Amino acid sequence: MLKTRVIPTMLYKDTTLVKGASFDSWRIVGSLMQTVKVYNMREVDELIFLDISASRQKRHPDFELVDDFADECFMPLTVGGGISNIEDTRKLLSVGADKISLNSAAVLTPALISKIAAKFGSQCLVISIDVKKTKGKYEVFIHSGTEPTGLDPVDFATIVESLGAGEILLTSIDLDGTMKGYDIKLTKKVSQAVSIPVIASGGAGSYQDMYKAVAQGGASAIAAASIFHFTQKTPLEAKKYLHGKGIATRI
Amino acid sequence: MNVAIIDYGMGNLDSAKRAIEEAGGNPYIIKNSKDLKYATHIILPGDGAFPDAMTNLKKANLVESLKSKVLGEHIPFLGICLGMQLLADTGYEGRQMKGLGWIKGEVKRLIPPKKEAIPHIGWNEVNFIKKSPLFKDIGAGKDFYFVHSFHFICKYKNNILAQTSYCGKFNSIIGNNNIFGVQFHPEKSQKAGLQLLKNFLTL
Repeated sequence: MLKTRVIPTMLYKDTTLVKGASFDSWRIVGSLMQTVKVYNMREVDELIFLDISASRQKRHPDFELVDDFADECFMPLTVGGGISNIEDTRKLLSVGADKISLNSAAVLTPALISKIAAKFGSQCLVISIDVKKTKGKYEVFIHSGTEPTGLDPVDFATIVESLGAGEILLTSIDLDGTMKGYDIKLTKKVSQAVSIPVIASGGAGSYQDMYKAVAQGGASAIAAASIFHFTQKTPLEAKKYLHGKGIATRI
Repeated sequence: MNVAIIDYGMGNLDSAKRAIEEAGGNPYIIKNSKDLKYATHIILPGDGAFPDAMTNLKKANLVESLKSKVLGEHIPFLGICLGMQLLADTGYEGRQMKGLGWIKGEVKRLIPPKKEAIPHIGWNEVNFIKKSPLFKDIGAGKDFYFVHSFHFICKYKNNILAQTSYCGKFNSIIGNNNIFGVQFHPEKSQKAGLQLLKNFLTL
């Protein structure tokens, strides 16, 4: 049986691991490389790496850095931030990324989605959708949550799926870093609208939150950062909890 | 152990190389047939589409030289993911395309009977059906990491070494003498994956 994945998200600026709240007030969490080594030792299911400054600084991904941490990962890794063309994608895959994640580029140049899917396959393409509530309505934001797009997340998810996206990383900007729980309503809306896996992200504060995202939200995987960085809770314990609740996990 | 990892423009070589190093082998990446002569083991990795992969292998003149090493000299061969699928007679990804034909069978899209998502992405159990030196020290029903939309349908049952449940059941490890194919990514499957690669190096 396919396992529900628990994925630590690593947000980084230069070589520093950071974590914010609602995509702001960034705190330094530690060294990226050391954290990668620890997660590898602990046999986590997967890792997501997002370079939070690349896109805003209009620069390409730091391929050398990705090469370095990919060498320590004997598990799948998704890399995002600053990817704006096929060449960036090719380079990231060649240095050891298994999947790349598009966020701003998916909105600005949707044709890139189909190009990447055709060239490298949907399986390596994650579309990261950041969502904020504006005037009571869900809206997609880009450039690390700084720019509104006017797009509805459900509509956008359906569009990216039809263009060839393999997975959706769905993050609630409002709940990100708050540890108040995932946006279950948003997760459910999007996961019901598409048939590709949806990774719930933003707000995990307890194992119970993760359970809700899967059982009620319909997520195929859950991603979390603060809960693993700032508390004693671990991905393995999370998976044991989910397993105890009848959700298949790899333990 | 000189492990030749074939570079034919189909991605993900670095991970395979690192994993072979970690498993105790001496990996080297080759792009053309002349470097194949040093190989004690051969790995054909690969992500992407079947027709492109076969076209690239042919363009690099690798098909005949691989054949003489693997079928002639019986060098241990491991195909990973798309590299496993290329072992088939025929693939049907996008268009019909002839494969290497070293293990009889066809590669077709997974068809979800229920609401199962395609691609099949994630950790899933690999259930051994036959005994193989490849499985030494790996527990029954261990999870390995999969990312694929197509699967290998074997013509002969005795080539099926392990199966995995998804869209019914599909063949996750196949074999024929010195030739092996795994649908999952051992290089991304943590300890169990590294153990499988270690076992491959002992062949």
